[in-house]
Amino acid sequence: MIVMADPQNLITVSGVSKAFPGVVALEGVEFTLRKGEIHALMGENGAGKSTLIKILTGVEQPDTGSIELENTAISIRSPHHAQELGISTVYQEINLCTNISVAENIMLGHEPRRFGGICWKKLNELARQALARLGIELDVTQPLGIYSIAIQQMVAIARALAIASAKVLILDEPTSSLDATETARLFAVMRSLKQAGIGIVFVTHFLDQVYEIVDRVTILRNGRFVGSFEIAALSRVELVAKMLGRVVDELQALAHDKDQVESQSDKGRLIEASGLGLRGALEPLDLTVGVGEVLGIAGLLGSGRTELASLLFGIATPDSGSLLIDGQPVTRFSPQALIKRGVALCPEDRKAEGIVGDLSIRENIILGLQGRYGWFKFIGRQKQTEIAEKYIKLLGIRTPSPDQLVKNLSGGNQQKVILARWLVTQPRLLILDEPTRGIDVGAKAEIQKLVLELVKDGMSIVFISSELEEVVRISDRIVVLRDHVKVAEYDHAVSDRTLMQTMAGEA
Amino acid sequence: MTQRLKLSVLRHGPLLTTITIFLLAYIIGAQLYPAMQRPQAFFNLFINNGFLLILGIGMTFVILTGGIDLSVGGVLALTTAASAALLNLGVSPLVVMPLMLVMGTTIGLGLGCLIHFFKVQPFIVTLMGLFLARGLAYIISLTSVTITDPLYKYLALTPIYLPFFAKAYIYIPTLVGPALLVVAVYLAYFTRFGRIVYAIGNNEQSAALMGFPVGRTKILVYALSGFCSALAGIVFSISLLAGYGQFATGVELDVIAAVVMGGTLLTGGVGNVIGTLFGILIEATIISILQYNGTLSSWWTRICVGVLTLIFIGIQSGFALRKKKS
Repeated sequence: MIVMADPQNLITVSGVSKAFPGVVALEGVEFTLRKGEIHALMGENGAGKSTLIKILTGVEQPDTGSIELENTAISIRSPHHAQELGISTVYQEINLCTNISVAENIMLGHEPRRFGGICWKKLNELARQALARLGIELDVTQPLGIYSIAIQQMVAIARALAIASAKVLILDEPTSSLDATETARLFAVMRSLKQAGIGIVFVTHFLDQVYEIVDRVTILRNGRFVGSFEIAALSRVELVAKMLGRVVDELQALAHDKDQVESQSDKGRLIEASGLGLRGALEPLDLTVGVGEVLGIAGLLGSGRTELASLLFGIATPDSGSLLIDGQPVTRFSPQALIKRGVALCPEDRKAEGIVGDLSIRENIILGLQGRYGWFKFIGRQKQTEIAEKYIKLLGIRTPSPDQLVKNLSGGNQQKVILARWLVTQPRLLILDEPTRGIDVGAKAEIQKLVLELVKDGMSIVFISSELEEVVRISDRIVVLRDHVKVAEYDHAVSDRTLMQTMAGEA
Repeated sequence: MTQRLKLSVLRHGPLLTTITIFLLAYIIGAQLYPAMQRPQAFFNLFINNGFLLILGIGMTFVILTGGIDLSVGGVLALTTAASAALLNLGVSPLVVMPLMLVMGTTIGLGLGCLIHFFKVQPFIVTLMGLFLARGLAYIISLTSVTITDPLYKYLALTPIYLPFFAKAYIYIPTLVGPALLVVAVYLAYFTRFGRIVYAIGNNEQSAALMGFPVGRTKILVYALSGFCSALAGIVFSISLLAGYGQFATGVELDVIAAVVMGGTLLTGGVGNVIGTLFGILIEATIISILQYNGTLSSWWTRICVGVLTLIFIGIQSGFALRKKKS
């Protein structure tokens, strides 16, 4: 692709790839940011948005490809260097220091001096002015930590802008912690910055906001560049379709399996939730899961699907409604209590929450049993190997031996180890949060097949995924979440187009 | 306004607590032993514990970044032993003193580089620094070496009489600690370096993303602590007019205890050098009470410091919890 040297171009990224050990995070990504535009960067989890931003801010270096700033090739060596070049960033998790004052958080690094030392009077004054430009007034001498997350977010933006030469402002999900008024205020600021010719990269998963403020959008999926579009020429459904993609269907065969097991799915209810909700995380909703049933949960990132999983597994305690398992109410919400009642959760972020990479497959699988038996029950080495080998065979984990370290396995096989870990505890309800994320098509099919086999044996499964075909293919019923609200419930005959419209809020 | 006052009390609570504990300890001591009521008794705290203050200042910066420096006692002992050996060889003290400071700074710099570039725990790196430095001190001499250099003798034995206090005096090296404290306050509050130290202690990753030179600052902090250790070693060897590998054994823990009593959190980001001054004054007061008593074992110092530190940590957590709530 030949990039024209358009004087309106602020940043031109071409052919950028980046691989981390075991995973390709970005592959051949193109991205152009013009002066005075607000450009949304969209994609589901693992799409590569964060990696692209890390490259633009100098946290990571690209393996291949080039970056141009105002049509001059640059290499961004560090966050500090990025700031010098005029690329300022406000990160999703506010990366400021809560122990030092608001003023320091805004000004430090380019602080005014007097006699070689920091001139506090001037520093505080400049910080006050920087906040005033965003329409905020507060005591800048207090430590940042005493203020709300929303204020901290504004302080982060003030810092990004206080860098005199800021040409590019990257906002990584800035609105996820803001309420409607605060978001409106942020948008007003964004518009005035746009007027001033600053290019804004806006990462968000709120569709409404994209259509409210954005000029163009670049979509990534699984580390690949899908395309850049004028937002006015892209309907919501098209946008969602491009974000989620349509997997080339070598999985179609599975649909038949589904029809076969369907008849078995009426053996009574395992889970009944009524009015279950948690303020700020999930609006009260009703939910049932039958014995031997797959309940699909569809919804975009941030729609409340992970929050629902945490409630069902007791990670969070609901503040309204009730949850019945086998007709018995759950009174104490903790993972320990719910594991005892037969609930298991494979979390979304398997690296952080599910797996111990430095232990072997055998040890990871036995961890699950140990959790159930208690820490002091000794499980003999031979017995351990026996159990591990059984599940390696059952799940088709590709490994030379049970003593292989889990971190050396591929993503799909790691996912299977987590599954095995829960399966040894013989749960009655298995919650799978994005079980097929970041793994290849073949492994996806195997995991789906496995899910169908498990329900055949009477296990109930809550299947959370942003891949609609997958949800439609294996679920008996599908609950759709949008903006933390349950918006619809379908049986498995629903088309993925209808689902998509419901998720996008167009139905 | 009351809200502001409340915030301010919560913020400075730990420091005020430390100062109060010091005043209480001193008043109790003065009631028990009237000799402690003389101004000279107060100045003796500085004369006898100046080296602790110097070590404490370096340690405070290290702990503010979230690190720890266990090498300070070793570097101090090495400095005394090396100075004594060099002076006895006839090297001019005007060469020896700067040389020692360069040595201490270099050791700290090396430890800092190991910590930063090889991502090794500060605890392990500086523990090895302690072994290394103390070991080297014994290589230089297995026994205590007396210093006979005239300049050292002059510095050690010439009292400076203070104005306003009748017959109260200090020695020249006594001034080093307070002078360094002034520099440290400036460094902590009026330089970018100092503020970045606080930022790193709060959240190293955030500090890096804000564009601060995290690695350089961390290395410099250990270099500063090494410099302070050597400076403390010079002061120590002047006041004892000797050099010996066994000097100040276990002092690193006394210094850490004083820094913690001074309100600096071991997790980094919170605290200041003024607190450290009072933490050291508390330790010094306890030592001097026990000396006036004369019959109690010197181990009571450690017992008192232990109990006080625990009480202090309790109070500090109380303030932290309150702060979270408000």
